[in-house]
Amino acid sequence: MIFNNIDMDIERGKVTAIMGPSGTGKTTLLKLIGGQLKPDAGSVFVDGENVHTLNQSALYELRRRTMGMLFQSGALLTDLSVYDNVAFPLREHTSLPEIAIHHLILLKLEAVGLRGARHLMPAELSGGMARRVALARAIALDPQMIMFDEPFTGQDPISMGVLVKLIRDMNRALGMTSVVVSHDVDETASISDYIYVISDGQVVQSGTPDELKHSSSAWVKQFLNGDADGSVPFHYSALPLMEDLMAGSRGAKS
Amino acid sequence: MIADKYLGKLQQIGFKTLSRFARVGRGSLFLWQIMTGLLYVIQRPKLLIRQLYYVGVQTLLIILVAGLFIGMVLALQSYIVLVDFGAEDSLSLMVSLSVLRELGPVFTGLLFAGRAGSALTAEIGLMKSTEQLSGMEMMAVNPMKYIIAPRFLAGVIAVPLLTSIFMAIAILGGYFVATEMLGIYEGVYWSQMQANVDFYADLMNGMIKSLVFGFVVVWIAVFEGYDCVPTSEGLGQATTRTVVHGSLAVLGLDFILTALMFNV
Repeated sequence: MIFNNIDMDIERGKVTAIMGPSGTGKTTLLKLIGGQLKPDAGSVFVDGENVHTLNQSALYELRRRTMGMLFQSGALLTDLSVYDNVAFPLREHTSLPEIAIHHLILLKLEAVGLRGARHLMPAELSGGMARRVALARAIALDPQMIMFDEPFTGQDPISMGVLVKLIRDMNRALGMTSVVVSHDVDETASISDYIYVISDGQVVQSGTPDELKHSSSAWVKQFLNGDADGSVPFHYSALPLMEDLMAGSRGAKS
Repeated sequence: MIADKYLGKLQQIGFKTLSRFARVGRGSLFLWQIMTGLLYVIQRPKLLIRQLYYVGVQTLLIILVAGLFIGMVLALQSYIVLVDFGAEDSLSLMVSLSVLRELGPVFTGLLFAGRAGSALTAEIGLMKSTEQLSGMEMMAVNPMKYIIAPRFLAGVIAVPLLTSIFMAIAILGGYFVATEMLGIYEGVYWSQMQANVDFYADLMNGMIKSLVFGFVVVWIAVFEGYDCVPTSEGLGQATTRTVVHGSLAVLGLDFILTALMFNV
């Protein structure tokens, strides 16, 4: 079981962060919201619609209207240029003339600072640039909500700063609901209005960044401060070292 | 203890059997989803043409080379047997019937599985592991329609075309060997073929075979890519399975189709 008895509200127009250690199913949670995975029990509502009771065409319609998602890898289509990647959702979902699409693409790429890179292929982009292009593509259709899957992982400080600024600006300028899944504490806390900390399939604590900083839970404190040892032990559960050593080679097998 | 061990084995067999069945089920549903996506492809011919180039035109070279050599070797081998009976005039018949009925469709199917099928699996599998398929779903574009259906249709169209090219080039290869090396009269080569090869029984049956092989090989290839475990190991296994299962399917179906078509 990945989640048990989990209950979250994501407020419209706000930046909501979902934080937790690696492997707690944060990405799974985004896939549940997006309807890519079905839960065994429970329900997810987006814009008043129960995501998992919709048929395929209604689900696609809901995604088109309300959701954008930024994947960890960027998920750019590798056989299309930057320009065509951003054009992709517009060409698929609108019947705008090519000149209008051209203007829209330039504006979206301008917003992420990559208008000059429009002729490059995805393979020629750095990781940070690929994520910015993916962001431009995700906002191409002006969705109501955008989900960020680990936007800061593996970024150098400058790209990280750029992404933090972009997420904050997009939220302020476009009033877009943002869901940020991350375990980069400082960056995430600096842009979010509300934070859910999840671990072992449950919400351990939730609140504004300030409230969490003053949390009484030892676990949350350890997570936010990044301490090596604490309520989450440094050692994976094992026999005491001395016992293990004395058991000889038989012990190694068991 | 011993009972536990046997129970464990039994459980494993049961688990493997069930997962095989589940795979067959997923494969069939997958085929149904492709069918519903075909209309979308017809509305966007650009997607189809692009894929026809990748799976069809890029497979052409190996088909041409293989066809030429098989035709030439077939002529040489047939001559060795036929000349003992003084029947070397029937050489063209031997070449054309073998190629039209069997070698054309089967070789093209096998080569297609190795050249284009494996490439399709690898491409789709890599798209899956780099989240391109998921990304497309979240952009509300169904990858079954945009990615899978055009590739499938392109394969189904390409294999019969490649087969007919294979057949033509093999017969030409046989012709060169027969007339240039073996001294068979040109007119005999063509007239024997004209008189004894039947359009429906020989050529059309071969083309039907190629259509079936194309359908099955591409189905396996796109399904393996879409269903693969998105890791480098899983991708390697999926590509191998495409070639192995695709080739076995061609060989097995060829036997069944031959038995049905020629009323043996």
